[in-house]
Amino acid sequence: MNYAVTSAEEGGFCRLMKHRAVQSLGWAAGGIAILAILWLIGGYFIANNPTTKTFVKFGLVPTLEAFPELWGMGKIQNALAASGFRLGSGLLLAIVIGVPIGILMGRIKWFRDFTNSPFQFVRMISPLSWMPLAVLVFATWNGSIIFLIAIAAVWPVMFATAAGLAKVDPNWFKVARNLGAKPLHILTKVIMPAITFDVLSGIRLALGVAWIVLVPAEYLGVTSGLGYAIEDARETLSYNHLTAMVVTIGIVGYFLDSILVALIKRYSWHRGG
Amino acid sequence: MAIRGTEIKIQGLTHRYSSRTGVTFNRVDLVSPPGEALAIIGRSGCGKSTLLHILAGILKPTEGKVLLNGTAITAPSPRWVMMFQAPHLFPWMTVSQNVGVGLSFGRWSKEETEERVTEAIKLVELQDFAAANVQDLSGGQQQRVALARSLVMEPELLLLDEPFSALDAFTRSSLQKDVRSIAKRKGFNIVFVTHDIDEAVIMGDRAVIMAGSPGNIVHELDIDLPDPRDRHDTEVQALRTRLMATFQEAANYKKPESATLAA
Repeated sequence: MNYAVTSAEEGGFCRLMKHRAVQSLGWAAGGIAILAILWLIGGYFIANNPTTKTFVKFGLVPTLEAFPELWGMGKIQNALAASGFRLGSGLLLAIVIGVPIGILMGRIKWFRDFTNSPFQFVRMISPLSWMPLAVLVFATWNGSIIFLIAIAAVWPVMFATAAGLAKVDPNWFKVARNLGAKPLHILTKVIMPAITFDVLSGIRLALGVAWIVLVPAEYLGVTSGLGYAIEDARETLSYNHLTAMVVTIGIVGYFLDSILVALIKRYSWHRGG
Repeated sequence: MAIRGTEIKIQGLTHRYSSRTGVTFNRVDLVSPPGEALAIIGRSGCGKSTLLHILAGILKPTEGKVLLNGTAITAPSPRWVMMFQAPHLFPWMTVSQNVGVGLSFGRWSKEETEERVTEAIKLVELQDFAAANVQDLSGGQQQRVALARSLVMEPELLLLDEPFSALDAFTRSSLQKDVRSIAKRKGFNIVFVTHDIDEAVIMGDRAVIMAGSPGNIVHELDIDLPDPRDRHDTEVQALRTRLMATFQEAANYKKPESATLAA
């Protein structure tokens, strides 16, 4: 009897292991484990080298210890709240500006020709090079950082929207009009659902860029946010706080990206994608 | 779902794409009584598809007008609905949502929409697929969805632009029979364009033949056959032969004054 129970349990476990989601989760955990091991080894060498010994807190263990410490002081929460507000506002601006202009670019040929060169030109300017100008124009640091994020994030959203619309089957408009659709219906019932996938893919790219621009933008001037927390930790030589904030940036960025991946999956009507 | 047929009156209809191009067709006059299934046949380039697009309100005539029970057709409307060669369904919607999409452009309550959609889906025999993704359906099933999407509007006039030409022979023949029997049951008019003589004989009450450049109606033939029709019936075969002969005759047709009119 005992034997039979054990084998049934084993069978259940094997079946679970064969499940594709469990398998890919296993691979992901393995990848993270290798990253942690490399970090441990690096920490070991830093600790055992007399010239780098002062940087011992960069290691994995001190960093992990810093998390509850920082959380207890409310530093992680505050930094996330401040940075999250800037990121959210910047992205929202990028979407509100990028999607309508992208739709016009995708729908009206002369507008596309008219805007393409100036947009491609401005797009190639590093968002951070706008910093001095932003500081002059905006009264608050928050304002300039939101502007920098928006100007970095608007291009992927705009171009993805335009490219999505260019792929839309014109017959869908013909069919809709034939069934009595007004221009507003064409926009809400045909264009928007047809390109939601492309817009979200653009937002995903925009999030990546915005997340990259956010931290260096916060190195300057402001006294809150993830960038500030890293800069602050460096100045006070709390290196484990510094790495903990860096890891937080990685984790939160990964989490935000997964939300968009899930949304893209939810709104995609393309087959095999 | 009671649909009344309508009288279609085409008066002096002329069309040219632009002042530089020639006239597509010139002064076409045609009357179709309520409930008639009218076939327009002709070779490509005779303007039959353009004529159908004007009937749908998608294209505007250069001169003349189309009246539907006295109302001029100048724009698309749920009262006259066109079915295209390909289904062009919305891939992000289910079968039911595709069928109901035209109602979502108007002011219909949820209950009315549901009721009409269910009935239209039943008419095209897709009850088992109501919740399916349209991308999982076969070509014939997709065209059935497109038919239901048109029927749900309860049009007085259904226009069909070679709607089954992309389907295999078996699917095509069953859809032809279904469209005719639904139209007869509901009483709405059909005008369909085809270059398939069989399709005209199976679906139509009358066939008009367009020919020439600029095009015009050069012949017409009543298809006075009992329903249901089968392509193997001797009567159907006989009419098919007659229509084919008329069509051949029309192919050699030259309108004497066409040169002066085109100028």
